[in-house]
Amino acid sequence: MTITSAMNELDRRLLMDRSVSGRSAVTMPSSDVPEQPLPQESLLRDDLPLPEVSQLEVIRYFSLLSQLNFSIDTNFYPLGSCTMKYNPKINDAMASLPGFGSIHPNQPSEQVQGAVQLMYKLQESLGDLTGLPGVSLAPLAGAQGEYAGLLIARAFHASKGDSGRTVALIPDSAHGTNPASAAMAGLDVVTVPSDAQGNVDVNALQELADERTAVFMLTLPSTLGLFEPSILEITQIIHDAGGLVYADGANLNALLGMVKLGDLGFDICHSNLHKTFSTPHGGGGPGSGPVMVTEELSKFLPEPVAEKSGDIFTLAKPTNSVGKINGFHGSFGILVRAYTYIRAMGRDGLKAVAENAIINANYIQSQLKDRYDLAADRFCMHETVLSAARQKRRDVKGLDIAKRLLDHGIHAPTMYFPLIVEEALMVEPTETESKETLDRFIEVMRQIDDEVSEDPEAVRTAPHTLPVTRLDEATAARKPYLRWQG
Amino acid sequence: MVNTVDRSTGAKKGSGNPHPYVPATDADRAAMLEAIGVSSFEELIQDIPEKMRFPELDIAESAPELSLSADISAMAARNITPGDYACFLGAGAYRHFIPSTVNAVLQRGEFVTAYTPYQPEAAQGTLQTGFEFQSAICQLFDMEVANAGMYDGPTAFAEAVLMAIRLTHRNKVAVLETVDSRLVQVLRAYSVHQGIEIVSIAPDAAVSDDIACIAFQSPNLFGVIEDVGGLTGRAHAAGALSIVHANPTAHGLFQPPGKYGVDIVTAEGQPLGVPLSFGGAYVGLFACRQEHIRQLPGRIIGRTSDTEGRTGYVLTLQTREQHIRRERATSNICTSTQLIGLMVAVYVATLGKQGLSDVANLCYQKAHYAASEIAQIPGYSLPVSGTFFHEFAVTCPRPVADINAALLEKGIIGGYDISDRIANTMLLCVTEMNSRDEIDGLLMAFREIGGTA
Amino acid sequence: MNPTDLKYSKEHEWARVDGNTVVVGITQFAADQLGDVVYVDLPAAGTDIAQFGKFGEIESVKTVSDLFSPVGGKIIEVNDAVKDSPEKVNEDTYGNGWLLKIEITDSAQLDTLMDAAGYESLTAE
Repeated sequence: MTITSAMNELDRRLLMDRSVSGRSAVTMPSSDVPEQPLPQESLLRDDLPLPEVSQLEVIRYFSLLSQLNFSIDTNFYPLGSCTMKYNPKINDAMASLPGFGSIHPNQPSEQVQGAVQLMYKLQESLGDLTGLPGVSLAPLAGAQGEYAGLLIARAFHASKGDSGRTVALIPDSAHGTNPASAAMAGLDVVTVPSDAQGNVDVNALQELADERTAVFMLTLPSTLGLFEPSILEITQIIHDAGGLVYADGANLNALLGMVKLGDLGFDICHSNLHKTFSTPHGGGGPGSGPVMVTEELSKFLPEPVAEKSGDIFTLAKPTNSVGKINGFHGSFGILVRAYTYIRAMGRDGLKAVAENAIINANYIQSQLKDRYDLAADRFCMHETVLSAARQKRRDVKGLDIAKRLLDHGIHAPTMYFPLIVEEALMVEPTETESKETLDRFIEVMRQIDDEVSEDPEAVRTAPHTLPVTRLDEATAARKPYLRWQG
Repeated sequence: MVNTVDRSTGAKKGSGNPHPYVPATDADRAAMLEAIGVSSFEELIQDIPEKMRFPELDIAESAPELSLSADISAMAARNITPGDYACFLGAGAYRHFIPSTVNAVLQRGEFVTAYTPYQPEAAQGTLQTGFEFQSAICQLFDMEVANAGMYDGPTAFAEAVLMAIRLTHRNKVAVLETVDSRLVQVLRAYSVHQGIEIVSIAPDAAVSDDIACIAFQSPNLFGVIEDVGGLTGRAHAAGALSIVHANPTAHGLFQPPGKYGVDIVTAEGQPLGVPLSFGGAYVGLFACRQEHIRQLPGRIIGRTSDTEGRTGYVLTLQTREQHIRRERATSNICTSTQLIGLMVAVYVATLGKQGLSDVANLCYQKAHYAASEIAQIPGYSLPVSGTFFHEFAVTCPRPVADINAALLEKGIIGGYDISDRIANTMLLCVTEMNSRDEIDGLLMAFREIGGTA
Repeated sequence: MNPTDLKYSKEHEWARVDGNTVVVGITQFAADQLGDVVYVDLPAAGTDIAQFGKFGEIESVKTVSDLFSPVGGKIIEVNDAVKDSPEKVNEDTYGNGWLLKIEITDSAQLDTLMDAAGYESLTAE
C-alpha cells in the first residue's frame, strides 16, 4: 500500500492556499540584452495570480499527492479493456534522450532523420502485426484514430461516387467513443445487437447491412473479451454490402502473433499504443492511436506518413489524405516508447504477450466462476467479464465489490461495461502479472464474496482504508466547484 | 532472460519466463492450463480461424536492454538537436526552460502508470493535480472554468469552434486570416462532415449576423498581438462568441483574454514546461465561461467531499462525455492528456507569479532586441507592424530555404518558413533560452549570408 | 405508491390535470432508476410541445435520459426551482419536483394515458 494515511486535510491544501507573498521556487536570470521599451501600459497585465511557494514545497506537495494514487508501479490493476500492463522504464529513458526529447516539430525531415526513421520502422511493425500495411501514426489517442479511420472510410466511398453510405453499424457492446466518433464523422449510428453468447448477432447484421452501410465498427476481441467465432462471415457480409470493416484495436493485446486483422478481412483499424504497446496511461493520457489500413486505402491516410526513399526518410502527405487531424506529427514521445517496446519484445516475445495474457484471464475466470456469474461461459481471450448478479441478490452491487477490492490494495476492475451485462466486472490481468499475483486476486475476490454474505455492510461502505471514503459525486455535478477559489 | 545457462553448450535453458516483462514460467503456465482444464494453449483460441492462426511476423528477435539502448540512442544521435544548435523556431511549439522539478515529479510512477481516475478514492493524486491544472489555467487566462486538458492546441481550437456552433445553433464560423493555416486545417478535418461553413476574414472586415463565432489567434501567425477587445466586441455585437487561440507564456506579461470578455480561450500548453519532443505529446488548454460549461468538451475535475466530510476530487459533469452520451456527446475525446497537464501544473507551481512574469519579460526583451537589430541589416526587413511578443516575421533577401540552409552550416536552426503568406519571409522566435551570444551569432550570420544570391 | 389522482405515460412521466392546465413530472420509478438527479434541462415557457414529444433531458451522475411530454400544448410555466435544485426531483417527485405546466390543447389526449394501477403493472414487469 502506498497510501499515506497521515495526509490530513491540512496537507491537502491547494498551492494557492500555501502561497506566501515573495516566496519562489526558481530564479530566472536577468536579461543580457539592452533594455527594450515595453508596449503601451494598457496591454500589460497588472496582476498574475499564481502560487508563490518554495522549491521543496513543490516537490513535497506533488510527491505526497502521488502517494494517494493506485498505479501499475504500485498495485495490481486489472482494469478491463485498459490493458494495464507493466510500462517498461527503458521506454521513458529512450523518449527523453535529447535527440528525441529536444527536437522541434518544425525542423524539416532532413534535420531529424533518426526521428523519422523511428516512425517509419514503427509503421512497418504495426502494419505487420495487424496485416494492414498502410499506417499513419498521427492520431493522438484511440478516439482520434477511430475518427481518422471513419474519415478514411467516408473518403473511400466518396472517391467511388458512392455518396449514399451514411450509416455506421456498431454493436451494442461497443465502447462509447465508437458512436461518438461516428457522429463526428457525420454518420448515423445503427446499433447491432449481440446474441445470447455475446457474439455479434449475424442474422441481425445481415438484415442491417445494405447500400447505406459505410462501415461496421467491431472491437475484436469484443468488449466481452470474446473472439467472434463468425468473424469471416461477418467481414464477408459487410463487404458484400459494399461497406468497410473497422477494427477497434482496443483489445489488440490478445491478437499479437495470434492472428492478423487484415487476414480476417478488416480494412481499417486503430491501435491504442498506451494499451497493447506498454506506453504509460499517465493518469488519463497522453495516448496514441495510430490508424492502419489496407494498401488500397493508404492514399487516404491522415498526414503525415513516414516514407523511405533510398536511405532518406521523409514525412509526407498521402495523395488523397483526409488531412491534418492535429498540430504536428502525432504523440512522438509515445511513438518512441512503443517502438522501444516492440524491439524489446521481438517477434517471439510479442506472441508470448498474447499467449500469457489469454492464459492469465482464463485462469482467473476458471477460479472464480463458481462464485461469480460469467457474461459468457466459454473460454475468453485476454479479459473475462464477470457479473455480480448473484451478489446483487444479496444486496451488494458490482460497484461495492469494486470498491472493496481497493481496501486490499487491488485496483477495481472496469465496472458496468459493457452495458449489456448486468453488474459487469471486467477483469484484464495482462501478461505482466505473475501467477502469485493472480492467486492473491482470486483469493481476495472469493473472500469478498464470503463477506457479501457475512458482513455485507462492510462491502457496501468500502473503501475503508483509503485517503477518502466514497465521494459525493451528485453534489459535485449539481454545484460544480472546478477551480481554486480564494 | 533469467534462464540459466546450460554449462555444456552455453545455451539458455527454456524453463524460465519468456521475457523480463512476462513473468510466467513454463511451470506456471502448465499449472494454469491444468486448472483451466485444457491440455494446450491452443484449445483456448479455437474461435480464431485455424488457417490464419499464428501468422509469420516480420519483426526482429527480442533485443536485450543493453544493445537496444545503444541502438535507439544512435538513432536519436542522428537528429540535429536544439541546444547543440541555436534554435529560433517557434510557430506552434516553443523552446523554454524546464525547471528540474518537472522531471522530478515526472519520475513518480504513481502518476505515470495510473489510469484515468474513474475510482476517485484510489486516484486523489491525479485528481488533485488535475484540479491544480484547471485552477492555474483559469488564473493565467482570467477565465471562469477550464477543462482538464485536450490533445493539443490545434485540436482544442477546433473543438472550441464546434462548441460555439452548438451554443449558438449557427453553422457559419468566421476565422481570421492571420490564424496559422495548420489550425484551420485541423478545424476543417474536425468539421468536414458537420455541414459547417468556414469563412476567412481580414481582421478589420465586417462580419455578418449569422456567424457562430469569430475565431482568432493572438499572438497571431506573424507573432502580433491582435485587438482582442475589439474583435470580441464585434463578435458579441453579431450575437456570436469570441474564441482566441492564445500563447500561455505571453500572458505572463500581456493582459489575459478574460479581461476582454473572450468567451473561449484555447492554447497549446507545451510552452508551460513540456519538452518539444518533435511535436508531442502536448496538451491543449481550453477555458470558457461557467454558463457554457455543459457544452464544454473533455474531462472536468470537481471538488466535493466524502462521507466523512473530507475534501476530495472527482471527475464531474460526465454526462457530456462519450462513455455516457455516446453519439450525442460533446466530443469523442476520451483523455485529458493528464500527464502533460501534470507537467504544466508543476511548471506553473515552480515558476509561480514571479517566474512566469520573468520568463515572459525575457522573451519579450530578447525578441525585441533581435528584431530591432535585424531591421538594421541591409536586405532584411520586418514586413508586419504591430505589437509582438516573442515571434516576428523577417523578410529575407533570398528564399528562406537558402537562408536556413546557410544558417544550419553555422550551427543555427533558423526560422519557420511563411513564404506562402509573404514572399521570402520567415517567422523567428526568440525565448529566454536564446543567449545574447546566440542572438548576436544569428545577426552576424544574417549579415554574412546577405543578399548575394 | 403512485398517486391515484394522476395520469401516467409509458415514458415514466406523470400528469396532474387541473382544468386546462396539466402539471408534468417524472415518476418515482423513473427517479429511482436514475438515482441522484443532478441536472434538468427544460425548455422556455411559451414553447409549444406535441404529446409524447421530447421536451428536455434529465441527468444523474452517470446517466442521461430524454424527457417526453405526456400531453401536448403550450408550456406555460417551467419549474426553475428544479433547475437550481435538481434534488427536488428525488425528494418530492410528485410535488415540488414537478417540471412543466402545460396548457393542454385537447383533453382527449388524457385518455391515452394510464391510471396508477395501469402504470404499476407496467413497472412491475
